[in-house]
Amino acid sequence: MSAPLIPIAGLSVSSREEMGAALQQGGCSKSSCGSSAGPADMDPATWAKVKDHPCYSEEAHHYFARMHVAVAPACNIQCNYCNRKFDCANESRPGVVSERLTPEQAARKVLAVAAEVPQLSVLGIAGPGDAAYDWRKTRATFAQVAERLPDIKLCLSSNGLALPDHVEEIVAMNIDHVTITINAIDPEIGAQIVPWIFYQGKRRTGIEAATILRDRQLQALEMLTEKGVLVKVNSVLIPGINDDHLIEVNKAVKARGAFLHNIMPLISDPAHGTHFGLTGQRGPTAAELKKVQDACAGGANLMRHCRQCRADAVGLLGEDRGQEFTLDKLPEVIEDAPEARDAYRAWVAEERKDRAAAAEHADAAAAATEAPTLFAVCTRGSGRINLHFGKATEFQIYEADADGIRFVGHRRADNYCLGGYGDEDRMGEIIRVLADVPYVLCQKIGEGPRASLAKYGIEAIDSLGEDYIETAIAAVLQSRAARAAKRA
Amino acid sequence: MAYKIVTQTCTACGACELECPNAAIRLKNDTYVIDPNLCSECEGHFDTPQCAEICPVPATCIPAPV
Repeated sequence: MSAPLIPIAGLSVSSREEMGAALQQGGCSKSSCGSSAGPADMDPATWAKVKDHPCYSEEAHHYFARMHVAVAPACNIQCNYCNRKFDCANESRPGVVSERLTPEQAARKVLAVAAEVPQLSVLGIAGPGDAAYDWRKTRATFAQVAERLPDIKLCLSSNGLALPDHVEEIVAMNIDHVTITINAIDPEIGAQIVPWIFYQGKRRTGIEAATILRDRQLQALEMLTEKGVLVKVNSVLIPGINDDHLIEVNKAVKARGAFLHNIMPLISDPAHGTHFGLTGQRGPTAAELKKVQDACAGGANLMRHCRQCRADAVGLLGEDRGQEFTLDKLPEVIEDAPEARDAYRAWVAEERKDRAAAAEHADAAAAATEAPTLFAVCTRGSGRINLHFGKATEFQIYEADADGIRFVGHRRADNYCLGGYGDEDRMGEIIRVLADVPYVLCQKIGEGPRASLAKYGIEAIDSLGEDYIETAIAAVLQSRAARAAKRA
Repeated sequence: MAYKIVTQTCTACGACELECPNAAIRLKNDTYVIDPNLCSECEGHFDTPQCAEICPVPATCIPAPV
């Protein structure tokens, strides 16, 4: 779907400016999963683990790409939001893939992507079933990749049921990021989400199933954190079922050492053929999601940049280049280019310092803000306003108040199954998702869309060049304050 | 006495292969098949046939007609 990242030929860059220019042309992309904390907020060992992981660090998601390989189709539980039969190239949600791979095929694909995409820093296995249940395939894939690409971080995602059985091997294989999906601590609530589990030779249902699952999840969380593995907990927010309960989940996982808590909206549609889709269970609105996330603030760190990607996604968070790297498109001979990744990482290190300094400066400017204000930002990555309004399929939402400027989430502006929607419908959708956002910051915007937004009280600003996001927001706040002072 | 897999509805996730105590299940032309000579319906191993217990699709791991 998206423009290529830096072509390999363009990597003989001699300066940061050149690398920056190469990035602008190719276009790296939007953000996705992690802690908003930067190096100043955590101990050096933890920062070293997360700094290149787009899902574990909000800051890193502006720079680094992840890929998933779909090697683990088998699952040991059934969830009411999942139907793994579904397979559509335009679908973007967890559990969906276009082709399944053997560990050998997966390793080849990882090599091919690593050679093309210097932003690649993480290989994850997230199904489409369960990576810990289908463990032999997960392990074989990681072993082959670790041997050929020692600089790529490994991570996996699991429902937790089989996870305690593999903690030792996970630690031995240097898999230092594990995600567990925990939707409920209370089995009465869990039973409404998971109709059955398969455990010790038996299919179990109801409260029994939910209790075993919960106990195994928390056991895995404790075992992993004790070994120093960073654990992210994913929770699917299901209105009317676990919305009021997720604060309890947040407390429980924080107490057991979870590094991050990622509260994601349920994706539900009758066309998906899932239980929730067919029973008409709706997903939450952006406002409902933010309310639950805000209620959990102060507990385990929240991740707000998750894009709920497919089990075979490739690229920066918010983009998916998976279709460029299907098996039939892989070259016969794959030459790795580790020096390109090294060069890119060195560039990022310098760029980060600059952006951190700019953000600090901007925070000081924002401190004078009276009421919290939301900004919708069009970006293709690198922490800059560098995307045309018309090309944005999502907006990164920033909030400015007396405490500074921070990322609070993203909102999609496309129907997530692309196609079938005209421009007019899309504009209506954009106005709907930005109802509480007074400013849109973008690289450029046409006069038509600008006027449409203005009609709904949304001001589009494209006069700030390709500035850092925080710097641009501070500039808007300052000019607003100056106008107010003049009027006074 | 054996189980069989209904090809039309099987998602080929392979969970049955992982659970089969007799190694009677294998992938053949993109679909899983049960070798009736090896399948014991899990007698002597489990109370219930494991392939049917784990299969995520209803009525897809079923007793083979005799």
